Amino acid sequence: MSDIPQELKYTASHEWVRIEDDGTLTVGITEHAQALLGDMVFVELPDVGDDFEAEQDCAVLESVKAASDIYCPIEGQIVAVNEELEDAPEQINVNAYHEGWIFRIQPVNADHIDELMGPDEYAELVESESH
Amino acid sequence: MPYIPHTPNEVEEMLRVIGAESIDDLFDEIPQELRIDLEKSTGLNPIPLGKSEMAVQRQLSEKAMLDGTPLCFAGGGAYEHHIPAALWELATRGEFYSAYTPYQAEASQGTLQVIYEFQSMIANLTAMDVSNASLYDGASGLAEAVLMAVRANRKAKSKRILMPESVSPVYRQVVETIVKNQGITLELIAIDQTTGTINREHAQQQLHNDAAFAALVIPQPNYFGSLEEVHQLTDWAYKQGALVIAQVNPTALALLAAPGNWGENGADIAVGEAQPLGIPLSSGGPYIGFIACKQKLVRQLPGRIVGRTVDLDDKPGFTLTLQAREQHIRRSKATSNICTNQGLLATAVTLYLSFLGTDGLQKVAASCVANTQKLIALLEKSPEIKFPFGKTVFHEFVVQLDVSVDSVLERLAEEDIVGGINLSQQQVASQSVDANKNQLLICVTETKTEEELRFFSETLIAICSEISSLSNSEGELS
Amino acid sequence: MSKRIIEQNAETLIFELSDQNRRSSSLAPDIDINDACNNLPEHLQRKKKLQLPQVGELQVVRHYTRLSQKNFSIDTHFYPLGSCTMKYNPRVCNTQAQLAGFTSRHPMAHSSMSQGVMSCMFDLQNMLMEATGMKQVSLTPMAGAQGEFAGIAMIRAYHDHNKELQPDKEPERSEIIVPDAAHGTNPATAVMSGYKVKEIPTNDQGDIDIDALEKMIGPQTAGIMLTNPSTLGVFERKIKLIADMIHKAGGLLYYDGANLNAILGKVKPGDMGFDVIHMNLHKTFSTPHGGGGPGSGPIGVSERLQPFVPVPIVGRNEQGYYWITEKQLPLSIGRLSAWMGNVGILLRAYIYALLLGRNGMVRVADFATLNANYLLKRLMEADFEMAFPERRASNEFILTLRKEAKEYGTTAMDFAKRLLDYGYHAPTTYFPLLVPECFLIEPTETESRDDLDAFVETLIKIRDEAEQSPNLLKDAPFELPVRRLDDVKAARELDLNFYYSKC
Repeated sequence: MSDIPQELKYTASHEWVRIEDDGTLTVGITEHAQALLGDMVFVELPDVGDDFEAEQDCAVLESVKAASDIYCPIEGQIVAVNEELEDAPEQINVNAYHEGWIFRIQPVNADHIDELMGPDEYAELVESESH
Repeated sequence: MPYIPHTPNEVEEMLRVIGAESIDDLFDEIPQELRIDLEKSTGLNPIPLGKSEMAVQRQLSEKAMLDGTPLCFAGGGAYEHHIPAALWELATRGEFYSAYTPYQAEASQGTLQVIYEFQSMIANLTAMDVSNASLYDGASGLAEAVLMAVRANRKAKSKRILMPESVSPVYRQVVETIVKNQGITLELIAIDQTTGTINREHAQQQLHNDAAFAALVIPQPNYFGSLEEVHQLTDWAYKQGALVIAQVNPTALALLAAPGNWGENGADIAVGEAQPLGIPLSSGGPYIGFIACKQKLVRQLPGRIVGRTVDLDDKPGFTLTLQAREQHIRRSKATSNICTNQGLLATAVTLYLSFLGTDGLQKVAASCVANTQKLIALLEKSPEIKFPFGKTVFHEFVVQLDVSVDSVLERLAEEDIVGGINLSQQQVASQSVDANKNQLLICVTETKTEEELRFFSETLIAICSEISSLSNSEGELS
Repeated sequence: MSKRIIEQNAETLIFELSDQNRRSSSLAPDIDINDACNNLPEHLQRKKKLQLPQVGELQVVRHYTRLSQKNFSIDTHFYPLGSCTMKYNPRVCNTQAQLAGFTSRHPMAHSSMSQGVMSCMFDLQNMLMEATGMKQVSLTPMAGAQGEFAGIAMIRAYHDHNKELQPDKEPERSEIIVPDAAHGTNPATAVMSGYKVKEIPTNDQGDIDIDALEKMIGPQTAGIMLTNPSTLGVFERKIKLIADMIHKAGGLLYYDGANLNAILGKVKPGDMGFDVIHMNLHKTFSTPHGGGGPGSGPIGVSERLQPFVPVPIVGRNEQGYYWITEKQLPLSIGRLSAWMGNVGILLRAYIYALLLGRNGMVRVADFATLNANYLLKRLMEADFEMAFPERRASNEFILTLRKEAKEYGTTAMDFAKRLLDYGYHAPTTYFPLLVPECFLIEPTETESRDDLDAFVETLIKIRDEAEQSPNLLKDAPFELPVRRLDDVKAARELDLNFYYSKC
């Protein structure tokens, strides 16, 4: 069973979301997703200031065997990106939940955060997809 | 049976293993009403029965002889050059000729290393950082460069491309076909009628229509053989926040400024037709497009790319890399639907550049320039032949005749000469070249001897005055 | 334990053999470079030093001959590579296509000097039309992917044209339906023509899920892209029904000719109801793969799409052969290459078609299918698991190694790499994506029974190795010029240009 921290929110497309004190959301991909993608070789980040709608693709992760879109979990504006990934994409493999964060977003409407999955629901999803 | 080694006994045994009565039984999942009835006229009857190798050889030799080996002064994107005798002997070795795409890297180190060398040579020739493993041809390569520029220039957020009329009209048509359904527009820039090069005032005017454009295409030498002011143009485009696509002739790059060194910043993408580097004219194909770019654009490059790495024992080796951009992984989000490169042609180009080297390629290019100037000097003797775009050219130039170019070319054909390209007929989508101007595009490479140049110029001049006096006398009669 | 007896040395790069002071070439004209340069404006001349290799002719010949020997090829190895049709490329096709009359013809030469090659192209157009049951063939697409692009661009041009004629009646068509088992090019192509892709599932028998298709089709449907026999190696039995469903909704059918080898002379795509097809001449008509190109992907169309075909094509009248261009076909989608595609490759296909004739074409499908079904049966008898054991194989079939992966921890990739050690090119692995740990195997008609038997014995032997010493597979290959390569390093530390780090 892969690692699914209790304090985070999740999406069906395997992004994790952490609610920061200032109301912004930090987004990355889950341990389960990084294991599926394999060795990361390149990350295409969004630009700070870009606006995205919920479920719009906003970044690309490239591993040796796949390229995968990252979908924006919520409508909002990008306020920060993890530039260190440009030189060290393997951070996502090493620590998906911390050094492997991808971007931070200011949501347009914080109420929509409740629509994201909780850890138990996400664990069920991972379980069901592995069959 | 041609190319089928099975004996009747083997077929019988194989069917027994399968548990089928006949080969025909193996097709029993195809609905009967769809099956071809070989007895019926709707079958395959118009296709002849198979022939022996000897009969086919005879048939093909006759057809090839019909087209002969004329004296060729046509260019326009396809150029006659000497091809080293050893080149195709090597390129058509079975191990190159009948090998598959190098997906199984360990079983394809030959092809992979050749491509790595190809990429390095193209990058060096264009003074760019990286090259891919090649594209179909120069025309479709330009289309890929346009798509790439639009993807890469995220800042401009524009799908407009400035496309001068000094780019080959057929290239422009091909680009149009390939990019038109993706919302990309090609804005034509007129040419200066005295030089045959990009009219910079018109380019400036195009800016006023709408501020941003994704890229400017600069051909060098251009379709008319003339030389563009590449440094000024590149700097100008850079100031507008646009990328520069250099569309270049690889032979000319031995002597002309490389795209990576154009202006202050260099072009961003260099693309072109590598046919002049060891590929025969062959009626227009198979040819080979090349595309190279700055390092920062590498992930927008379409097609295959080979990288050098190490194996489990730390020994150097080569493999396809950056495959995640490609259609077999990215599917509907791929940078292009291109699956293939022109592997065999890339091998030929690599061999050509290895055989000739720096010195050899420079000499070929220098000889093209010298021979072209010799022919210009011979043609200048005739007052009927004018040079509307001047004589500062690489190995092609435009002449203006007093008579119909079509009839001149027809008469030259009777003398077994391919006399050049009729520009007025070519310029389907252009306002720059008037159909009544009787303009002919002539190309001279290192393959022409002094005698051939003299013969061609004399024949051309004679035919022109012959046709002109004929039409004059007709005019007097009527 | 397999061990390499002779350590194979890496071949140095051609650049490392170079000395810029070497002048040994008789291949370039003797001329003073600086003299000629006086004719070129100084500021437009090259300033950056050119660094092409300066190497003697013999050293060049040796270098590339040695490199060639590091390749697998059809001429040297069996290639059971599914969906690629790696059959023998007859040498005579190469020698005849290289006759001087063909290779020296300039593409703009007057048509009076081109009747030989134009007659070949005209005959080839007709033979391909006949073999596929289409109304017109255009030879210009330079590869399968470009043929695909042309096909979808024509579908788009057809709908756009209808919309122009009947703006109120004709709906906005925005979707192309593609099976989930399709080659990745299909969805990439649909997007290039501005369409959205709808994926349709395949059922457990390898057929299209008709109920799902029913729900997916509507006025927004522009068309469907199918391969038949499919990429799963089975014939889509309900093709007529599917064609009717799509046509009724006003959509068109696109045929991906990847598996034409299986049905040549047996059934025509035109008769199945397809409106446009592309052929891969480097598969069915045996033109060389060349280490990854050039391909050649002519298209054929039904009457509906005839006005839209890419130009030029070759026509014939009393005066002889002539070019049909956008002048005669104003609705054409346009040009895909500067001239008429890969003529040299088209000539090779033409020569192959002449050698086969109609009788030989039927035999291609006969023996390709015989070989595939024989190999499938032999492997089943040896207890390998098939993805569709109930179905007839077409020219190819899918074997799954999921049992071996579970029991021995050896993947399909490990089997593939070990096969290389035994002198077999690996089958297509991990495609189609639907079947876990799969091999897509296509033996083609030109392999002998003995070669097929030897391949079966080798697979059995490798499975035994997997059981007894799985590392022999996991660390394979051992016998090739290099062992497994570090793909991660290749992608993270890009080294694509010998000169880049040295600039």
